Amino acid sequence: MTRNIIISSTFHLLIIIIATMSLPFLVKKPIDLPPIISIDLIQISDETNIPFAPKAKKIIEKVKKKEEEKLVSEQAPPKKVKKEKPDIVPLPDEKIEKIKKPEDKKQNPEKIDSEIKQVSEFEKDELFDPNNIAALIDKSKEDVAEEVYEKNKLTQDQDKSINIIGLSLSEEDALKAQIFGCWSIPLGLPYNENLLVRIKLKLKPDGTVIRSEILDHARMNKPGQGFYKVLAESALRAIQLCQPLRVPSTGYERWKDLQLNFDAREMLEG
Amino acid sequence: MIFRYLFILFILLPFNAFALIEVDITRGNLNPLPIAVTSLSMDKDSEKKFKELLKKDDIGLEISNVLKNNLKKTGLFNPLNNDAFLQKSDIAHLKPRFEDWALIKAQALITGKVTFVDDKLRVEFRLWDVLAGKEMMALAFTTVPDNWRRVGHIITDKVYERLTGEKGYFDTRIIYVAEEGPKTKRIKKLAIMDQDGFNTKYLTLGNELVLTPRFNPTNQMVTYLSYFRNLPRVYLLDIETGVQEVVGDFPGMTFAPRFSPDGKKIIMSFAMDGNSDIYTMDLENRVVERITNHPSIDTSPSFSPNGKYICFNSDRSGYQQIYVMKSDGSNVKRISFGKGLYGTPVWSPRGDLIAFTKLHKGKFYIGVMRTDGKGERLLTENFYQEAPSWSPNGRVLIFYRETKTNSKGEGFSAKLWSIDLTGYNERLVDTETDASDPSWSSLLSK
Repeated sequence: MTRNIIISSTFHLLIIIIATMSLPFLVKKPIDLPPIISIDLIQISDETNIPFAPKAKKIIEKVKKKEEEKLVSEQAPPKKVKKEKPDIVPLPDEKIEKIKKPEDKKQNPEKIDSEIKQVSEFEKDELFDPNNIAALIDKSKEDVAEEVYEKNKLTQDQDKSINIIGLSLSEEDALKAQIFGCWSIPLGLPYNENLLVRIKLKLKPDGTVIRSEILDHARMNKPGQGFYKVLAESALRAIQLCQPLRVPSTGYERWKDLQLNFDAREMLEG
Repeated sequence: MIFRYLFILFILLPFNAFALIEVDITRGNLNPLPIAVTSLSMDKDSEKKFKELLKKDDIGLEISNVLKNNLKKTGLFNPLNNDAFLQKSDIAHLKPRFEDWALIKAQALITGKVTFVDDKLRVEFRLWDVLAGKEMMALAFTTVPDNWRRVGHIITDKVYERLTGEKGYFDTRIIYVAEEGPKTKRIKKLAIMDQDGFNTKYLTLGNELVLTPRFNPTNQMVTYLSYFRNLPRVYLLDIETGVQEVVGDFPGMTFAPRFSPDGKKIIMSFAMDGNSDIYTMDLENRVVERITNHPSIDTSPSFSPNGKYICFNSDRSGYQQIYVMKSDGSNVKRISFGKGLYGTPVWSPRGDLIAFTKLHKGKFYIGVMRTDGKGERLLTENFYQEAPSWSPNGRVLIFYRETKTNSKGEGFSAKLWSIDLTGYNERLVDTETDASDPSWSSLLSK
């Protein structure tokens, strides 16, 4: 009796743990900001990436603005904030020099110069000052915001394709029309048998097939399933013949895995 | 107990659902599959030997031509022109450059080699999937050199089966009535040939009128109707020995014979006093059994492949229609209800369809319907055509058609034709003379 209770309670506990860990509604929304911070920091500090400079400058300004808004007042001019920030944390001279070297190689050092300095200072601040974590988080938020802003600049069609779960009707029609042309249906197949071949594809962004997998592969080699095998082989030939598949130019994440269901009954019944 | 908990756990385990995009492909093209058939390669010694024996310059090419013709006639394959080939056949047989074959749009490739070994002809061949870049099949056959055409047919059967999933029908023969002379004074002989029209042999001299020859399941015996001494009766002929005999001792006319699926019985019609009924005769003990007993004309019986049912045509409803009954004659059920007259029903070797001839508004149709009479499809229409016979795989029908020989409606010609179940692939079957009443054998090599 006791043993059963122990087993029962153990498994109940196990269920609760598994459910807690894997049920989507129980999982807290992941904060995706920290990982972005670390990646950005490493890249910028190691390479002193010039293209990031203007972005960083803006970020600094915005961060300072926000800080001012919170702490002081709305009147604080951005220039002052810029100056204050580098002054607070003194930077080692060597590192500034290191950064200056690549600057000399640039064709337009004058314009880029100040921005680089600011970036490098900013990065070093972040690296060495743990008090600026809040600012870092804000920065990453800005990055995300900028990305979203850039996405918003996309055309309406592109934007739609990102939001839609499946393919749009026109996208699906284009793909179907292409495969219709490539698929030579084996005419000897019986029309009264359940012959549906499902093939899962892994695609490259340009529509070429990385991997194709027949979902009912076991049926291929079963005795008496000769017709299924023939149909499956014809479907694979059609995919080979058609590639690169006519896939949408955007939304790769949506359709990188695609399932094609080949069903010849309609044609065979004639 | 633990397993029960594990099972419940497994059910409760939530899976991350992700929306995999599915696209249904329900249409394709009906174009024949482009296939490259290379000439079978030979070494010099073999080439010389075959030239002496068979009087053929290139037996490898001849065999590949048999293969190509067979594939083309199916309507399912499009053999490509050899002039377009980029790779030599002997090298392709060892290792095809698939990109070269894909370049000429071939989707399948057949390569092979012929050698002369111990006074025999040895053929090996390979079937390749060009797009997948892999070998699909590799086989070898050894036979007497004279059998080279049959080797071509057997290879076609293997290729056809691998690419379509159903058995082939190429290593088969057709028996038919060869006709010569004007219509009023026609000479009719029993003839047998390969399904592609080659190797024709005549089994009777043409002294008597012969009709409706049918093979037995082993293709060794033929039953047919002969007007020997002007008395129409069913005969049995052994093809190998040439011995023939009358089937049963009926006091009247017997006709429309056919073998049972096990080859042990012959089913036929017997007419007396204006009434005809269906009978069977056991070939072992010669026992005759009456299957139908009706004052109407019951004829053209044909067994289902499992031997449990018989289809036949009867005018018991006032018009000639198709009926199905159990093999003992019980449970007679009419299955054709369309307009017109229905006759010559033949059960498909697959068992799913019954082929028939239909006469409606002065035109003859060859069609098929399901065994319950539903799903009637008329495959071909003409001025006069009848007597369909199934290919052993139940995919193609052979029948004969009579036509006028010129546009003024003068002259007369009877030829064999074939049509597949799609109704699109209708072809004239080559015969040396005019021909009628064809019957398809089963596969010679099983």
